[in-house]
Formats: sequence, C-alpha cells, structure tokens
Amino acid sequence: MSLRDWFAEKRNIKKLDADAVNSKLTDKELGELWIHCFSCGVNITKKEWRTNLRVCPKCNFHFRIGVSDRLEHLLADDTDWFSEIDETMTSANPLDFEDTQKYTDRKKEADKKSGLKDAIVTGVASIGGESLALAIMDFSYMGGSMGSVVGEKITRLTERALTDRLPLVLFSASGGARMQEGTFSLMQMVKTGSVLGKLHEAGLLYISILTEPTFGGVTASYGMLGDIIIAEKGSRIGFAGRRVIEQTIRQKLPADFQTANYLLKYGQVDQVIERSALRSMLIDLIRLHRVASGMEPTPLAPEKGKKQGNGSSPSGKALV
Amino acid sequence: MAKSDIQPLEFEKPLLAMESKIEELVTMSKTMNVDLDDEVKRLRAQAKGVKKKLYTNLSAAERLQIARHPQRPNFLEIVKMISPDTWIEFHGDRAGYDDRAIIGGLIELNGQPAMIVGTQKGRGMKENLHHNFGMANPEGYRKALRLFQHAEKFKIPVITVIDTPGAYPGMDGEQHGIGQAIAFNIREMARLRIPVVSLVIGEASSGGALGIGVANHIYMMEYALYTVISPEGCASILWRSADYAAQAAEALKIGAKDLLGFGMIEGIVKEPEGGAHKDPEKAGKAIQKTLLQALETLKNLDGDTLMEQRYEKFRQIGAIQETLA
Ligand SMILES: [Zn+2]
Repeated sequence: MSLRDWFAEKRNIKKLDADAVNSKLTDKELGELWIHCFSCGVNITKKEWRTNLRVCPKCNFHFRIGVSDRLEHLLADDTDWFSEIDETMTSANPLDFEDTQKYTDRKKEADKKSGLKDAIVTGVASIGGESLALAIMDFSYMGGSMGSVVGEKITRLTERALTDRLPLVLFSASGGARMQEGTFSLMQMVKTGSVLGKLHEAGLLYISILTEPTFGGVTASYGMLGDIIIAEKGSRIGFAGRRVIEQTIRQKLPADFQTANYLLKYGQVDQVIERSALRSMLIDLIRLHRVASGMEPTPLAPEKGKKQGNGSSPSGKALV
Repeated sequence: MAKSDIQPLEFEKPLLAMESKIEELVTMSKTMNVDLDDEVKRLRAQAKGVKKKLYTNLSAAERLQIARHPQRPNFLEIVKMISPDTWIEFHGDRAGYDDRAIIGGLIELNGQPAMIVGTQKGRGMKENLHHNFGMANPEGYRKALRLFQHAEKFKIPVITVIDTPGAYPGMDGEQHGIGQAIAFNIREMARLRIPVVSLVIGEASSGGALGIGVANHIYMMEYALYTVISPEGCASILWRSADYAAQAAEALKIGAKDLLGFGMIEGIVKEPEGGAHKDPEKAGKAIQKTLLQALETLKNLDGDTLMEQRYEKFRQIGAIQETLA
C-alpha cells in the first residue's frame, strides 16, 4: 500500500466511525464495524479492537496482523517515523512458473488483496528515540512466502544496518519459501543467513520477532538467527508443518505443539511477549545494547516515503 | 553389480524387453543353427537408438526416479570409492547424540586430507531405518558444524555430499530446534575460511540440504536434483494432490542442467548412461576427478578470499525487478 492510500484509508475509517454515531449506516456497513473473535466468540467493535492493538479485550486472543497495522502499533509517538527503502521491488518470475494458476496471476491477486508488492516491507525507522533498520513481513501476501524479493530486501536492509551501524529488527510471518520461485527461493535462505553472519561479525544487534505464523525456510534461516529471539503471544512457529509431522510419525501431536509457549518451554526463544508490551521492550533492548557499547543513537533523517507516528498511542486510526 | 541384478525402472521396461528379445534371437540362432546375424545386427542398432533417445529425453519425473533409485551409490559407498584406504569417522554432537543420517570424517584424496560430511541413505530397509532415510535431526547438523569447525582449525578442506529428502519432520526435531540448527549452519558455513565443495549425488531437498550446502563450488550428478520442496509436497500444496508430482517436478526446474543454467552450481558430473547405479565404479571415478579439480582450484586462495567468494556466489542469487527513481 502506498503512503497516500494508507492515509486515505485512515480518513475513511474516521468517517465511517462518525457515520456510525449518526446511525446513517446500511447493515453491511454496520457489519464492518464489528469483529468476531474466533477464540472466545464475542463480538467487539472494530474501534475497540483497533485501540487494543488487534487483541481481543475479552480473551486476549492476538489477531494476525499485517505491515500497516504493525507499523501503526510501533509508530505510536509523534516523533516516531518509518522510511521505506526498495519499495518498488517485485519478483521477476525466474521459472515462468505455472501450477493450476500462473505465478504472475497469483502475484497480481496478492498485490490487489494486500496492497503490497511482496511479502515484506523494509526501511529505517526511529522509534522511541532509537534508530533502527526495520523489516516487517506480511502473511496476507501469498502466505508471507519468501522468494527473491523477500531475500533481497532483507539482505539490502542488513547491508544498510552494517553501513549505518544500526540494530536490525525483523518481524517474521511466513509459511516458508515460495515454491513458485523454486531454488531461487531456497537460496534466499543462504543469502540472508550469510549477510546476517556479517552483521554478527560486525557486533551489531539483531532482534528477530516471530509472529503468527512462522515456518519452514524462514524459521530455518533469518527467523532463528536473532541475537535475541522473541515470539509474539499466540504465534505458531516451527520448521515442518504439523500435518506433515503427524503423517510422518503416525502419532497425534499435543495441542500446544509449535505454539510460542511450547518453543519457550523447549528453550528455542528468549521470551513470549504480548503485543501491548512489544514496542517498549524493543526500545529497551535496543537502548541497553547501545549504551553497553557506548554509542549514541545513530542520527537518521527520514527520507522520502516517511510514515509518521500517530501521536496517540494506541491510535485506532489505521486500516482495518 | 551384475547387470542382471539392476532393478529396472518402469520407463526402462520397453527397452529391456527389446534387449531380451535380441538375446533370445542370439540363443535361438545358436541352438537351431540358423543365421540370424543380420536381423540381430539390425535390432541391436535399433535398440541402441532407442536407448540413446530414452536417456537423452528423460522427463523430470523420470530423472527423479533415477536419483532415488534404491541401488544408486550412497554417500558411504562413494567415500569408499574415492578414498579406498582412508576413512576415519568422527561421531557425535558432543551434546548427547550421534545422528546417523549425517555422517562425517576424514578421507584422503590423492594423498590430500579432506573432511567429508554427507547425508546417508541406507541400502535396504534395515540400513535405511538406521540412517533414517537420510533425514537428519538438529543433532546431525550440529555434528556437521563441529566437523566443519575442526576442519577450519586445521586448514583441512571440506567436502559435503548431499542426498536427502529433507530434514526429518519429527516432534523431537522441533523441540531441539531443527530450524535453528539449519539456520546456524548456514550462517557459520558462510564464514568458514577454508575451501568448501559440495556434491549433490541424489536428491537435495529444502533447508535440510542447505544445512550442509553452503559451498564455494557446488556440483551435481547428472541425474541429481536440487529443490525447494519435494515435487510430491509441492504438488499436494499447489495442485492439491500428490498425483501431480510429475508436473511439479517439471515446473520447479530442479535438474542439474537447470541449476547450471541459473548459475547456482559450478558443474555437472556425467553419469553412466541410465544412472550411476549401472556402473558405480565409473561414476566413482568421475566424482573423484571432479572433487580433485575443485579442490585444486580453491587450494591457493586465502581464507578471506574463500569466504568472500562464497558470500558473493549466494549474494547474487535472486530474480527481481525494480523501478529506479
Ligand atoms: Zn476473544
């Protein structure tokens, strides 16, 4: 989604809320104002749901969210901003792939559905006074699958972090490698894994945040390479899919298998954290590591494509 | 292996029927004392043509069958062929387990030591169960990394040999961090300051292959494949039925020639017609020659250069488009 669309969307929602108060809405529009929680079954007003960071206020169920919602949550203060890089990058369809549908058509559908150009947005940001390189994956774009674009954008962002000596924060949400790009997708695991090796060697901080869901080649590359690995509450995280494992071992898996808490229990992540605590923990982690290395925050100026913070935290003004 | 012991694949059967018909004619001409030489000669020429055509026009699904042939030379058999006098295995991850799907140790190639690490498929059910069909657990990848780092310490070049349907999809593997183990191997292999050469002898599938696959040079056997997901897995997701595996194998472009065309591998090791299992010794010689040449090319490069070259090789992979502002 372009910035212009993002703001237009915000305006529309505001208008919709005002209209609701004036009771001028059709049934369809009214329906759009309510969210049904799959977990506890209650209906929540969209406004309350947004204010609560897309978490059910009744049962604490964390809804899966995309790039724009995540940015809205992270850029909570007036002084926060995000400046996107490599925003025009798209896949070149290296295999000319076709299954029951052409890859190019699948991509067109995904573009339209998600308002994005691929399953990740990358850029530099300032959050809570800390400068960082920030990447956010979006599951709504072809299941967040990792192909050439995801691999290249993460690699360039990491190179940017190396040049500007920035900490890297990456939110994963992916079903794994993108089959439609075959070995081109597969090799992105090596590309991202090795550039993160450079970041590691340079002594820079990488915080990996695993969100609902993170699987396959993403888990087995940049997902699990964080100096610090945090799982968002309610996320499912793993390498192989649950069904594949059940078929292989011919055994039913426990209900909590591959949940964030399951990974915590088996020592695979540093913390499981609620969405409401995520932003401040990120700021703290970045600050503590920066102070330890005796550095001031890297001064960064927002570039073109800057997305400003909301001024109210949390705001409830963005896209639903 | 005696020719008659080779298990034919389904698509080879018409050719085999033709060949046995010729043998029958030869026997008949002898026992009945009839001159069928011209006929036999004609049929032999015909069979030769059919054979050549058959093996040069194999579909992706047929090449897949050769790559997975139960008699295809496996990792340890290849070790024996390329280093007949030296094989010193190093066991265990030093943290509680010795994975039998990934095996490693020291060999000698033309008098030069090398650390060889590979995924092992067994011969027959009993061996396959022992080696878990070449599907490794996190402990296997951690053992591999231990051996890579040992090799780096003593400046011994590394050879990895890949033949795996993927890492093992099990419950313990997830608990012990199979994703982390593969990811960590990728990152650390990329930083090794020694030559790393990788050879795909059968199937190299998904992250399970990459966990020992980050090399300066990658070679593939002629009928081997390198893929992001097994064609069966791909078909059951994208076509919603594993019955479309043949289409998926074609669409994924997983053959040695495809990978060479993409610039992802350095070379292809020619196999005996119909596959390495038809003449393992000949295949072993070709493998040995390729590995020796690769190590010779990398021998004089210093550690930083080796690391940078490996990095650049993978850094360039990707197919993207951009609108420049
Ligand atoms: Zn609820």
